[in-house]
Amino acid sequence: MSLDNPMVRFDNVQKSYDGKTLVVKNLDVDIAQGEFLTMLGPSGSGKTTSLMMLAGFEPATHGEIYLNGKPINNVPPNKRGIGMVFQNYALFPHMTVAENLAFPLKVRNVSPSEIDKKVQRILELVELPEFGQRRPAQLSGGQQQRVAVARALVFEPELVLMDEPLGALDKQLREQMQYEIKHIHENLGVTVVYVTHDQSEALTMSDRIAVFEDGVIQQLSSPNDLYEKPDNSFVAQFIGENNRLSGSITGIDGKVCHVTLDSGDQVTAEKVVDGDVGTRTTLSIRPERIELDPEPGTVPVNIPGKIEELIYLGDHIRVRMSVAGTSEFIVKVRNSSGRRDLEVGQSTTVGWDPEDCRALDEITT
Amino acid sequence: MQSATATPNDEVLTSADGTPLQVALARATRKAKWRAFWLVAPLLLFIIITFAIPIAQMLYRSVHNTAFSENMPAVGEYLRNNDITDVPGEAAFAALVSDLITARENKTIGSVATRMNYEFPGARSQFTGSARKAKRLEPPFKEALIAIDKDWNSKHLWNVMKRASNPIGGSFYLAAVDMRYDENGNAVRVDAKKRIYVPLFVRTLWLSALISTLCFILAFPVAHLLATLPLRYSNLLMIFVLLPFWTSLLVRTTAWIALLQGQGVLNDVLVGVNILDDENRVQLMYNQAGTIIAMTHILLPFMILPLYSVMKSIPPTYVRAARSLGASSWTAFWKVYFPQTIPGIGAGVLLVFILSIGFYITPALVGGSSGQLISNEIARHMLQSLNWSLAAALGGILLFIIIVLYWLFDKLIGVDNMKLG
Repeated sequence: MSLDNPMVRFDNVQKSYDGKTLVVKNLDVDIAQGEFLTMLGPSGSGKTTSLMMLAGFEPATHGEIYLNGKPINNVPPNKRGIGMVFQNYALFPHMTVAENLAFPLKVRNVSPSEIDKKVQRILELVELPEFGQRRPAQLSGGQQQRVAVARALVFEPELVLMDEPLGALDKQLREQMQYEIKHIHENLGVTVVYVTHDQSEALTMSDRIAVFEDGVIQQLSSPNDLYEKPDNSFVAQFIGENNRLSGSITGIDGKVCHVTLDSGDQVTAEKVVDGDVGTRTTLSIRPERIELDPEPGTVPVNIPGKIEELIYLGDHIRVRMSVAGTSEFIVKVRNSSGRRDLEVGQSTTVGWDPEDCRALDEITT
Repeated sequence: MQSATATPNDEVLTSADGTPLQVALARATRKAKWRAFWLVAPLLLFIIITFAIPIAQMLYRSVHNTAFSENMPAVGEYLRNNDITDVPGEAAFAALVSDLITARENKTIGSVATRMNYEFPGARSQFTGSARKAKRLEPPFKEALIAIDKDWNSKHLWNVMKRASNPIGGSFYLAAVDMRYDENGNAVRVDAKKRIYVPLFVRTLWLSALISTLCFILAFPVAHLLATLPLRYSNLLMIFVLLPFWTSLLVRTTAWIALLQGQGVLNDVLVGVNILDDENRVQLMYNQAGTIIAMTHILLPFMILPLYSVMKSIPPTYVRAARSLGASSWTAFWKVYFPQTIPGIGAGVLLVFILSIGFYITPALVGGSSGQLISNEIARHMLQSLNWSLAAALGGILLFIIIVLYWLFDKLIGVDNMKLG
């Protein structure tokens, strides 16, 4: 994907630490002005390395990174004007909150009165107006997090990088901070590049998500598309829950293909994987898109299954089933008033719309 | 009993059986406290016997000397009861003669004479000589003694004896700071030429400060390397730091002698490559330079290790954060990294400084005369001149200096912030 005037452009960037393996392979990304782009992936997938290259802490082994159209490979981190929020906040422990916030302004020779004004304004933005004279150690994790964000924003950079900034917070606080960071992004209009391994965080906050695996971006698209239309099995598996069924393509009908599962059941699915009849494929279906015991004729796909386990989760019931040779087939049933009684051991059928079932590359495990 | 603020009506909180809660708590924890105490008791006992008592004894000895008062009881008795405004009369001299006779018989006249000689040069021969002849003396003893040695007619000597008749006194501390009592009993400084200890204290402090500074300058980059290198390399480097640390102090010091002396390796090489003439070999041993070089090397690990442990605990993200916020690498180091290493610097400097103030073997071996420290003088008084009270006084002053330094350090950096490793 290439934009006309990207704020950041990774142009065929590669990175190797040991000269033997590539941590980042052929990275090509354009990031638009004002965008919130998340790099999502398991640890060791190259997402943090990519961020560090952008920040200037790691040199690219090959390729060029452009910021506002200018190559920045040889620009030291302090001249890039990029704000950064670190995983463990990295607030300077020997300075007060106000001194921490004043630091980027001081090194830029801003006048003291101006510094005071800006520090106070940013403290109000992150809703900590009274905390200027405290030391970082006297703040709670959430407060430290806000100060770290404030410090990355106080010198008004156009681009802010965040390296798993919420990783150290508990779940509730993390969710709250997600919204706060999202709102700050919307209010200030800064461009944010955000690194996380938490998919729900990525889905909540991002305009676009780049899913990293093995040094390669597997898919770069909006949260919506990423969840609904994964390009490959890795993305389908990494984002949200999904049921996998293995089989071979036996017929192609435009965008739809007919698949014979290894159990012998015949289903239709949206064809995503490249290849002709005979190609092995892994089908991916989200648990909430499956209908349990559908009325005959209402859905095109309808195969038998048996209920193995019921887990009551309040708003929905997780039903683990044996379907087409796998006993890990999960169906989410909404806990609505009209719900039928379910019993373990009950034989029934499952069905889905072919649009919700994607024939992806085969997982060879 | 404290009023329990949590309960209304100012009632004392009680446990289920009615005993006050604080009493019950104390009872419940007493057993555990005793057990903990018995665990540390051997160590406590050891420290008391080998550390606290000797120090107390040393301090006591520095103000307490019985060489005169015990061995000269009669004249001591007289001196304690009479003021000395001038050379005293016959009564005092009669007591003196009887004491001299007893002291000679008991063979204690030597220690009395030595004790007097500390404060009244020439008193040794005067006392031993007079004691030898004392038995044959006839009254009047005053004239007779003065005839033997005219110093018996010195008011100054009698003042010295008067002070020595009291076993408790500060005269050794006075001597330790290069002062003495004059004839009139006023404390005055000794002649500039005879001042030994104050210049030696000053030299000790100055060299210790210099050595601490050198150690700091050398150790800081090494510690930083140790803390930031990959484990593979830092382990190797750590061994290089620790290896000398585990080697005997004596071996290391003599190694420096072999390297740096006039006919040593360094000079031979410099002469060999024609940088130096054979006649102009650099003297790096048996002088202050030798003391500084060898002590800096020996004390270096004591600086590196606390610095390393502090630097190891500073995550690299701080410097990165500073850089991303716009600081140059120097500003990031000076404003962000360096202030966080101060606990380590404080610990290292204090450790090296205190160790070098009391350093003995190295200056004794390589110091020559210009590289001697105060501890060498203390050892001399302990082993050669046998003036233990003066040695104790010098040690007492050293202890006092260290306590002051520690207090100063606590004020400036805070002992809680100190990290020793």
